Amino acid sequence: MSEAKVSSAKARSAPPQVSVWRRFVNHLMTGVAVLTVLIVLVPLVAIFGYLLYKGFGSINWAFLTQTPKPVGEPGGGMANAIVGSMFILAIGSLIGVPLGIGAGIYLSEYGRNRFGDAIRFISDVLNGVPSIVIGIVAYGVVVLRQKHFSALAGGFALAIMMIPTIARTTEQMLLLVPQAIREAAYGLGIPRWRATLSITLRTATSGVITGVMLAFARVAGETAPLLFTAFGNQFWNLRLDQPTAALPLQIFTYAISPFDEWHRQAWAGALVLIVLIVGAVAAVRIAVSRGTLAGAR
Amino acid sequence: MDTGFRLAMLACALAVLGILGLIVYELITRSALSWHAFGPKFFFGSDWNPVEDQYGALPFVYGTIVSSILALLIAIPLSVGVAVFITEMCPKWLKGPLSFFTELLAAIPSVIYGLWAIFVLVPLLRTDVEPALAKTLGWTGLFSGAPYGIGMLAAGTILAIMIIPIISSITREVLSVVPQNQREGVLALGATRWEMIRIGVLRNARAGIVGGIILGLGRALGETMAVTMVIGNRPEIAKSLFAPGYTMASVLANEFSEATGDLYLSALIEIGLALFLVTIVVNALARLMVWSVTRGQPARSHV
Repeated sequence: MSEAKVSSAKARSAPPQVSVWRRFVNHLMTGVAVLTVLIVLVPLVAIFGYLLYKGFGSINWAFLTQTPKPVGEPGGGMANAIVGSMFILAIGSLIGVPLGIGAGIYLSEYGRNRFGDAIRFISDVLNGVPSIVIGIVAYGVVVLRQKHFSALAGGFALAIMMIPTIARTTEQMLLLVPQAIREAAYGLGIPRWRATLSITLRTATSGVITGVMLAFARVAGETAPLLFTAFGNQFWNLRLDQPTAALPLQIFTYAISPFDEWHRQAWAGALVLIVLIVGAVAAVRIAVSRGTLAGAR
Repeated sequence: MDTGFRLAMLACALAVLGILGLIVYELITRSALSWHAFGPKFFFGSDWNPVEDQYGALPFVYGTIVSSILALLIAIPLSVGVAVFITEMCPKWLKGPLSFFTELLAAIPSVIYGLWAIFVLVPLLRTDVEPALAKTLGWTGLFSGAPYGIGMLAAGTILAIMIIPIISSITREVLSVVPQNQREGVLALGATRWEMIRIGVLRNARAGIVGGIILGLGRALGETMAVTMVIGNRPEIAKSLFAPGYTMASVLANEFSEATGDLYLSALIEIGLALFLVTIVVNALARLMVWSVTRGQPARSHV
């Protein structure tokens, strides 16, 4: 640093002199930072590249419309798993979304206190609980009581994962709504519950929906909590109390199998899964930004 | 009506508390059998033998710790580097796309990482990386034995790729709340850009960066599918990173639905309980550290 002092005295007339070594270190570290970015981009590009290349190479009409063929027979598809996944996700959302949004409303409108802080902290921590542990809990709560694996158990597990995430994003979005809007509503004599639902929540709709979609996207690809809840199924099932196929489960089973035909289908399944996740999120974002929901902004 | 609405919302908030309670209750009651049978010895025994109803979880604990540490060693320099580049060096037009792409990594489901690892990463490790490592660093004993591809090294690598977005997005957030005049002050003293980053930015953001790293650790400890698909699933403790291993999460994934016998199931649930407690502690610690820097503003969830 002493050198810096010396050079600052000269700085009035000339630009500060920086020693060669310091300049070298500066450039070196810039280079290192650029290198880390390149290294991180390699797997990203590789994963998406393979997914598109292998996925599009293996996907066909049969894959999207048929159920799995027995081992050794070529052909067949994952139609039942695609529908099964949507079924389980629908159950999960039906349980998880209302509870999550409700908890978010509580946190932002009534939760400016110790109890609210505790709930906030617990939600954040629950977000980090391994999904396989959630699977065990759903197994204990639903499967052991029903005596067999079921779609309901899978949906229950996914709902548990969605609630803390949705609660926190909903809270953040509601907090963005200016206090003046709430006060204006009260000034008109609207009761608080009505103001919260049709003014505050309405104003924050697009943000809340985005939060819900992020939670949805996160659980849509989950495999671990479905392993011993929804369990998987070779056939169609749309009953709550029966084991159900799910796309991530099917990808897992096929990926670790020794058959080339199944590997091919695993790649196709992975592509469909990514397209479903990205598609769902994108569709809602578009709908929120310019569709019928835009009026709520 | 107002009270009713308030109570209904309170009930939803209590559901969060209820979830925590339910997790704790289920795990503790259902693992009691194993706890009574083995006590604390459970985590120090290395014999996992369902046939003789003998259970020791040490190989799983070991595999979980080693694969996570390996992932952190790879991920920390890369993610901090990316975060520093994006917040401090990057031209403006590149900022948006770069953060978008790194966060895209967080949106890919675990099972797809596993699929990619099986068919791309593992063959690459087997044919190129592992022979090279054995030749240059084989004397350490960490890189010896047959290069299967499948094993601890593959698990650590795929975990690293999966936790980079988490660590780097939190680091980025923490770096961006360092006040701008800190940077200007250090620059005004004649520092080069790197000196400014080191002294003015990184030093101030230390606690938050460590918090992000711990959050990444939490994710690595509990990650299930991708690891299960490439770690080899053998309950062994080997010094070489080429050797197959097993983790707490992957033994649950593989054996839970086939566990016959109450003691077997209870032993598996005890592993789940241990995993739960460890990740709770790790996450609580990380949240507190990140909160201490971002001043109570919750860290934006990734994706």
